[in-house]
Amino acid sequence: MRRPIDLTSRRDGILAERLFPWLCRLGVALPLAMLGWLLLRVFVDGVGRIDGSFLTDAPSQLNAKVGGLGPALMGSLWLIVLTSAVALPIGIGAAIYLEEYDRRSRLASLVELAISNLAGVPSIVYGMLGLGLFVHTMALGETVLAGALTLALLILPIVITAAREALRTVKDALREAALGLGATRWQTTRQVVLPMALPGILTGAILAISRAIGETAPLVVVGAVAFIMYGPDGVDSPYTALPMQIFQWTSNPKREFLDNAAAGILVLMATLLILNGFAIWLRNRTQARRT
Amino acid sequence: MSEAAAAMTSTRTAPAPARPHRRAARWYERVIEVGLRGCGLLSIAITIGIVVVLANESSAFFAHVSLTEFLGSTKWTPLIGEAPHYGVWPLLAATITTSVIAMVVATPLGILAAIYLSEYAGARTRRVIKPALELLAGVPTIVFGYFAITVLTPSLAGWVPGLAGGNMLSAGIMMGVMIVPLVASLSEDAIYAVPASLREASYGLGGGKLETIRRVVVPSAWSGIASAMTLAVSRAIGETMIVAIAAGNQPSFTFDAREPGQTATAFIVDIAKGETPHGSVAYQTIFAVAAMLFVMTLTMNMIAFRLSRRLRAQSRA
Repeated sequence: MRRPIDLTSRRDGILAERLFPWLCRLGVALPLAMLGWLLLRVFVDGVGRIDGSFLTDAPSQLNAKVGGLGPALMGSLWLIVLTSAVALPIGIGAAIYLEEYDRRSRLASLVELAISNLAGVPSIVYGMLGLGLFVHTMALGETVLAGALTLALLILPIVITAAREALRTVKDALREAALGLGATRWQTTRQVVLPMALPGILTGAILAISRAIGETAPLVVVGAVAFIMYGPDGVDSPYTALPMQIFQWTSNPKREFLDNAAAGILVLMATLLILNGFAIWLRNRTQARRT
Repeated sequence: MSEAAAAMTSTRTAPAPARPHRRAARWYERVIEVGLRGCGLLSIAITIGIVVVLANESSAFFAHVSLTEFLGSTKWTPLIGEAPHYGVWPLLAATITTSVIAMVVATPLGILAAIYLSEYAGARTRRVIKPALELLAGVPTIVFGYFAITVLTPSLAGWVPGLAGGNMLSAGIMMGVMIVPLVASLSEDAIYAVPASLREASYGLGGGKLETIRRVVVPSAWSGIASAMTLAVSRAIGETMIVAIAAGNQPSFTFDAREPGQTATAFIVDIAKGETPHGSVAYQTIFAVAAMLFVMTLTMNMIAFRLSRRLRAQSRA
C-alpha cells in the first residue's frame, strides 16, 4: 500500500534527534505563552476599573471612567438560565435516545449525522437561523427568549456529544443485570445508568454553558442591543449580554473605553475559569473513583 | 442496590402485579420513549431548519441579483447608492486571506504540539498541558479580538511596514492561535491511534525516534491530521468576532494581509449591528452571505468526515 521504508538512507543525525523535541515543545509553548500574555495584559488593563459599582451600574456612553456592566451581567444570567432550561433536557434526552434506546437503527445514524454536521456549523449561522425562525417566523422579536433559544440550539450538539460519552462509560453488564431483574428500559436508564453517568453529563453541561456565555456573534444577529440601562425583567425584554457589552466597548472609537472592555473581559474570564475549573475537578474526581 | 435486591425478592415471592398497573407502566414507558426520540429527531429538524431558513431568505436576494454577478464580480457595495454592486469577491478575498494566515500559524504549531503530547511528554506534563490547551480553546473569541487590536497590531506595526490599523494579518494570526488547540487535540487522537507495533517495528529496524515519527507515525496518522486541518479551515472561515473587531471592516478586493478587509462573517455582524428590517435588502443580503458561508463550511466538514473515516478504516485493517 505504501512505499516501503528505505533502509539504506542515512538516519537523522544526533543533533536533529536532540533538537526535534524542543521544536515540538515550541508548538505547545508558543500558544500557551500567547494565552499567558493575553491574560496578563487583560488583567493589567482592566483590574483598575473593577469595583462593586462596575458589576452593578449601567454603562455610560459618555464617560468611560464611570458605569459598568450591571445590565449585561443580568442579561447573561437570564440567557444562561433559559438556555440551560431548554438545551440540557433536550440534549440529555437525545443522548439517552441514541445510547439507551436506539443504538443501531438507520434513524439513529441519521440523527448522528445531523449532530456531527451541526457541531461544525459556524455560530453566526445559528444566529441567522434564530433571526429567521425565532425573531421573525415565531414573532418573538429581539427578546432575551429569542437569544436564549438561539444559544440553546448552538450548544445542543455539545451537550448531546458529552452526555453520550458519559452514558457510554456505564458498563453494559449493569444494564443487562437491571433488565434481567425485570426492570423496564426506562427504569434501567433512570435508576442504574443515569446516576452513574451524571457527573460526566454535568461536566459536559457546564462546558456547554460556558461556551454559551462567551458567544457574541449569534447574539449580535438576533438583536441583543448594544446599549441598555436595565437588565431584563421578563422573557420578552430587550437585553444585552456580557460579551455584547465588551464588543460595544471594544468598537467604541474612544480609546479609553478599551479599559472597560478589559475589565469586562476579566469578569467574563473569571466566570469561565470558575466554571471550567469546577468541570475539570468534577471529571478528575469521577475518573479517580473509577480507577 | 438494596432497592433492586428488594425488588427482586418481592417479585419472586409476591404474586405478579395486577394487570391494570402493568398496562399503565407500559403506556408510561411508551410516552418516555417517544419523548426521547423526539429529542433526538430535533437535531434533524434543526439541520433542515437551517437549510430552509437560509434558502428561503436568500432566494429573495437571488430573485434580483444573478448568481453570476454574486460569484463573478469583484465589487461589493450592496447598500450604497442607486446602483449597488453585489459581487461577493471582496468578502471572499478577506475570508481566504485571514483563513490562510490562520492555517499557516495553526498547522505547524498544532501538529508539533500533537507530536509532543503523544510521543515525548510524560503523563505528568500531559496532565498540566492538556487542561491549559483546553483553557486556550475555551477563551471567547471576543477576547482574542481585543488582544489583536490592543497588543498584536501595535506590536506588528514595528515589524511590518505599511500595516493598517485594522488589518487581516493580526486577525489571521490571532485566529491561528485560537485554532491551535483544535488541530493539536484532533491530530493527537490520530497519532494516538497509530498502533504501537508499527513504532516497535521501526525501532526494531534500527530507526531513531525522530525517524520513526517522520516516516512511520505521521504518515500513518496522515488522514486524521488532514481531517483535523480541514476542520480547522472550516472553523477559520466561520470565525466571526476576531475579524469583526481586528480586520478593519472594509470590503475591498485584496489579498494583501497588511490591508483592512471584511470577511463574510464580519459583513454579517456589521449589517446586523444596525437596523435590519425584515425583508429589506440588507436583511436579504446577510442571508445570502450566510448561505454561502454555510455551504463552504459544510463542504469542509464533509471532507473532514470522509478523511477521518478513512483513518478509522485504516487503523482497523
